[in-house]
Amino acid sequence: MFYREDQRLETAMGRMLQIGVTVAALVVLVGGALYLSQFTGPIPDYQRFHGAPAAYESVHGVLLGVGRFDSGSLIALGILLLIVTPTCRVISGVVGFSILRDRFYAAVSVIVLIILVLSFCTRR
Amino acid sequence: MSVLSFTLGVFGTSILAAFLGALTGLGGGVVIVPVLCILFKMNIHYAIGASLVSVIATSSGAAASYVREGYSNIRIGMFLEVATTLGALLGAYLTAKVSGNWIGVIFGVVLLYSAWASLRKPSTGTKSPRPDSLAMRLNLRGSYPVEGSKEEYVAQHVPAGFGIMFVAGTLSGLLGIGSGAVKVLAMDQVMKLPFKVSTTTSNFMIGVTAAASAGVYLGHGYILPGLSMPVMLGVLAGALVGSRILVNADVKALRLVFSIVIVALGVEMISNGLTGRL
Repeated sequence: MFYREDQRLETAMGRMLQIGVTVAALVVLVGGALYLSQFTGPIPDYQRFHGAPAAYESVHGVLLGVGRFDSGSLIALGILLLIVTPTCRVISGVVGFSILRDRFYAAVSVIVLIILVLSFCTRR
Repeated sequence: MSVLSFTLGVFGTSILAAFLGALTGLGGGVVIVPVLCILFKMNIHYAIGASLVSVIATSSGAAASYVREGYSNIRIGMFLEVATTLGALLGAYLTAKVSGNWIGVIFGVVLLYSAWASLRKPSTGTKSPRPDSLAMRLNLRGSYPVEGSKEEYVAQHVPAGFGIMFVAGTLSGLLGIGSGAVKVLAMDQVMKLPFKVSTTTSNFMIGVTAAASAGVYLGHGYILPGLSMPVMLGVLAGALVGSRILVNADVKALRLVFSIVIVALGVEMISNGLTGRL
């Protein structure tokens, strides 16, 4: 009984990951096609480190760029969706363990979620 | 070279790297970073950023099929993710502080270890003499299918496993890899979990661990859209094909050849790092 409910939670998590990665890959694919059709000049300098354009470092900047049909922003949006996917799995852990009345593991999931949120607050 | 041919070159290389990574169980990241640095003369921080994105993609993409088999353990995974995500934050922080040359040297050492680990036989899941009391209290146990019936297991040496997971997370954040080899080491060798449970639960954890580093990488500008795009799509495609073939292929000879390639890449990364060329 106990394990069967775990199994259902796990299946839901697995499906969520699969949907997330598919959507993210499609967005990156569309952005990539747009990128290759727009960019015809020489290859950017990837040898020395300059850092990504500041517009790609915030969700706000990325969304503004997507509104302008900027190909880089569209790829960045796909990457953001990809990063959010495992985060959703942790959120589903918080919800799922709460439903299973497993307070300890609901708390563990909350801790992991807090660490993930903290990681997005770091800046250069 | 135009942007198109460069992108296609990176895309094709990523497919091949992930294909080989999937067949040998090492994952794509550990191959793609040195290849981008050595073959494409890319800045190591950009290579790490692109690799990390692809690591999240393959981990999430493979999860659904693993779940169906019923081997992964969400409680053990979630508990150990506390260690790996904290480690990932430390690793990603260190990446910004440590020079590219030192990252290259550390990367080379990890490559050499991975080559050795992939050739080692998996432990046969030795039965533990007595259940670990801490593991029982934390409910770090489960059951998995063995020839139609359910076999029960309980984790051993929880603090040591937790500690190694922290190291695995640090390496993941520092080098932009999944560090599945170290995660499996912690669960299979130290916590004495069944091998199948270790590998599938490790795959689950890799995505969450990498997401923690990715937050830091984004803030530091390591993730370039134009570069991450062919790497992510290529690795995803290569890993999907590789894992399909893995099911019904004898990969022993391939594994040996691939290990030699990994050793060569490792030596090259170490020598490039020591001579200051990264």
